[in-house]
Amino acid sequence: MCLQLHAPYRLKRYRFFEIGQDHYYYDDFQTESKIRSLATLSYLPTNCTLLEMIRSSNGKFKCAIAVSGVTLELLEQYSPEVIDSFKDLAETGCVEFVAEPYSHSLASLMDENEWEGQLKEHAAKIEQLFGVKPTTLCNSELIYSDEIGEKAYQLGYRTMMIPGAKNVLGWKSPNYLYNHISHSKLKLLVRNPKLSDDLSFRFNDHTWENYPLNAEKFIEWIKNIPAEEPIVNLWMGYETFGMRQQAYTGIFEFLKALPYYAMEQEMGFILPKEAGKKLASADMLTAPTPISWSGETKNTTAWVGNDLQQEALQKLYAVAERVRLCSDKSLQHDWTILQSADHFRYMSHTDAFDTNYDSPYEAFMNYMNILADFLQRVDEQYPTTIDNEELNELLKTINNQEKEIERLEKELKATRARKEKKEKK
Amino acid sequence: MKALMFGWEFPPHILGGLGTASFGLTRGMAQQEDMEITFVIPKPWGDEDQSFLRIIGACNVPIVWKDCDWHHVQERLGQFMHPDEYYRLRDGIKYDFRRIGTNELGCVDFSGRYPDNLIEEIGNYEAVASVLAHQLDFDIIHSHDWLTYPAGVFAKQISGKPLVIHVHATDFDRSRGNVNPTVYSIEKRGMEEADHIITVSNLTRNTVIEKYHIDPAKVTTVHNAVEPLQDVQSFTKTPRKDKVVTFLGRITMQKGPEYFVEAAARVLQKTDGVRFVMAGSGDMMNQMIHLAAAKGIADKFHFTGFLRGRQVQEMLAESDVYIMPSVSEPFGISPLEAMQVGTPSIISYQSGCAEILSHAIKTDYWDIDAMADAIYAIVKYPAMYKSLRELGQHEVNNIRWYDAGLKVRNIYNQVINRY
Repeated sequence: MCLQLHAPYRLKRYRFFEIGQDHYYYDDFQTESKIRSLATLSYLPTNCTLLEMIRSSNGKFKCAIAVSGVTLELLEQYSPEVIDSFKDLAETGCVEFVAEPYSHSLASLMDENEWEGQLKEHAAKIEQLFGVKPTTLCNSELIYSDEIGEKAYQLGYRTMMIPGAKNVLGWKSPNYLYNHISHSKLKLLVRNPKLSDDLSFRFNDHTWENYPLNAEKFIEWIKNIPAEEPIVNLWMGYETFGMRQQAYTGIFEFLKALPYYAMEQEMGFILPKEAGKKLASADMLTAPTPISWSGETKNTTAWVGNDLQQEALQKLYAVAERVRLCSDKSLQHDWTILQSADHFRYMSHTDAFDTNYDSPYEAFMNYMNILADFLQRVDEQYPTTIDNEELNELLKTINNQEKEIERLEKELKATRARKEKKEKK
Repeated sequence: MKALMFGWEFPPHILGGLGTASFGLTRGMAQQEDMEITFVIPKPWGDEDQSFLRIIGACNVPIVWKDCDWHHVQERLGQFMHPDEYYRLRDGIKYDFRRIGTNELGCVDFSGRYPDNLIEEIGNYEAVASVLAHQLDFDIIHSHDWLTYPAGVFAKQISGKPLVIHVHATDFDRSRGNVNPTVYSIEKRGMEEADHIITVSNLTRNTVIEKYHIDPAKVTTVHNAVEPLQDVQSFTKTPRKDKVVTFLGRITMQKGPEYFVEAAARVLQKTDGVRFVMAGSGDMMNQMIHLAAAKGIADKFHFTGFLRGRQVQEMLAESDVYIMPSVSEPFGISPLEAMQVGTPSIISYQSGCAEILSHAIKTDYWDIDAMADAIYAIVKYPAMYKSLRELGQHEVNNIRWYDAGLKVRNIYNQVINRY
């Protein structure tokens, strides 16, 4: 079971006259009220429930949590009690914090190096707060392709959660452990779309044939899965608990009852990292094009499907290299936040979940105005008149200088040592 | 089903959007196989397209019994109707209308426009309706806009057939709230007598409910649509260095031209390579010329004067952005026309068409910052332009009069079943 938590910085209404004048892009009030309401309605009660589940089951209940770096930042700022509750969970040892890009970005689709950087940044943040380094990878929105898997393997990840897309699985069941097409050591856990969505979307649907759903029934379903299928992976957003399914629906009671019924049926809970080690891989899976958990088609159209999104992403990632080179902290921070997948989802014509704009066009306009200002600032640091290659050359020289200095220093040390020796003699 | 419709305008001789909407709707409805439409207008010119309906000119219907010769009638009315038809209608004169001035055929000379003695003309039109109601065979009466409500009501009283009225605009839209009591009373009486009311947008529907105190159950919205352009390809966009932003319509208070000038000034403060065009004429035109000059943007702000026919589509096709900042617009068909030729549109939330368009930018009419921002985004960000152009065109091509006609037909059926 894996819970995913991400809340973005909300961008403020930014008109084009402000380009070049105003470099603060965020609507703090909106961000704060959103975070606070999420914290009270969802994050805190969910964490509290999870803790109770762990305690009442004597540590038999286990789950993984994916929380993005920017969300941690926001929580630290606006709702530090949530961080504390995460720390409590971390102490039990029954919770695994998994890795994901720091700002819940789409970098895995756009820019490999940026993706790597964000994963590292995120890992450092998790380690700093909870004292463990994440080893399982849950990419933003579970986006996965062979290429992304390859890169993840090179970065040292050995377990990865991927979406249960029909075009990838075919006739295969999501309830096995799989591996990457060319690296048998990279294990893939497949999200069970049916059971996960039952909780996320259908739990309180009165028209659903299985309403009302209770823990007993849910465990019964899992029990009826053929015995040779070893693992069921549930992956849901935190907002499922307390926001999408509000407390009155009994979702928290449902959770609390889960371990009890599971143990009655002799089922256990397992952390992704343990699953990756314990279970044997059934087969390999190949995903030539990127897939995500979203929608019926499980592709990435909700984020990169239309012209607006493509344009915004391309303009943004065109300066990736330059931003990484510069040392301006606030510029780098803005860069991270502007990459959050949410901004692009608001531009979707079909699936703009949780948008605060009236239309995708408005989302695009606002984002592009902000981006225009941001690009100007990048340009001030590294003028576009110097092209990337030239810049690289220059930077290489600078970087090489460091190495050169190091080498010379070593030499100097060696000479000094020799000299001292001589003197001793 | 046979419908008797009362209208005021019909293409090609039109003065406003009412004629276009009447034409589109009747044509869409005529595609239903069992639909027969008789459309009454004050004064036909003889070049109206009668392939899908029958047009009767009120100016050719006798309301006072005059003894006249067959050949004379043939000579006078031959191009509009058969003399026998004249005699048949003459038998329908049941009331004494001799107080109304008529010609030697007993017919009234209508101007077919909006003259100063409009109220009198509306009354005469009502007299014509009484004759028609006695002599024609129909199942339902449909009145377009307030000028024809009295006629519809009278026809209903005589024939006992149900009346549907079509609200294309109310006096609240035309006068920014400063209503004319005579017009209001005509509108209100029509609405009260009607068996059902069709409005062109939810915006108008709310006005009808709130300002005229009509039972909401009696009011249904049927959004207007747009006639497909046969020759979209023939409208081309000349490549230009500067982007063109266009306002097109009557330059009057209702259309909010001053907000366009203000937004233009905002855009030009920050960027160049954009030109603004105000096409059309109206009572606020001189005031707008002054305003543009006072803002110091006259070098980038152009006036074209009144455009007619094909010039309208050509102007729209040449533009990069079309903007309609109307203060109160019951529907507003021109953004749809702009989108047909692939021009992105910015419209105000106070326009009825905003209810059915999703691939157009919407702002409040007074929010010049948002308007300026939208203009800037469309001219500066190619993806925005491309998306609005392609998806907008696709969207508009799916808004068909046929579907609107089906909705109206549905209302007919309901009303008749209840009757």
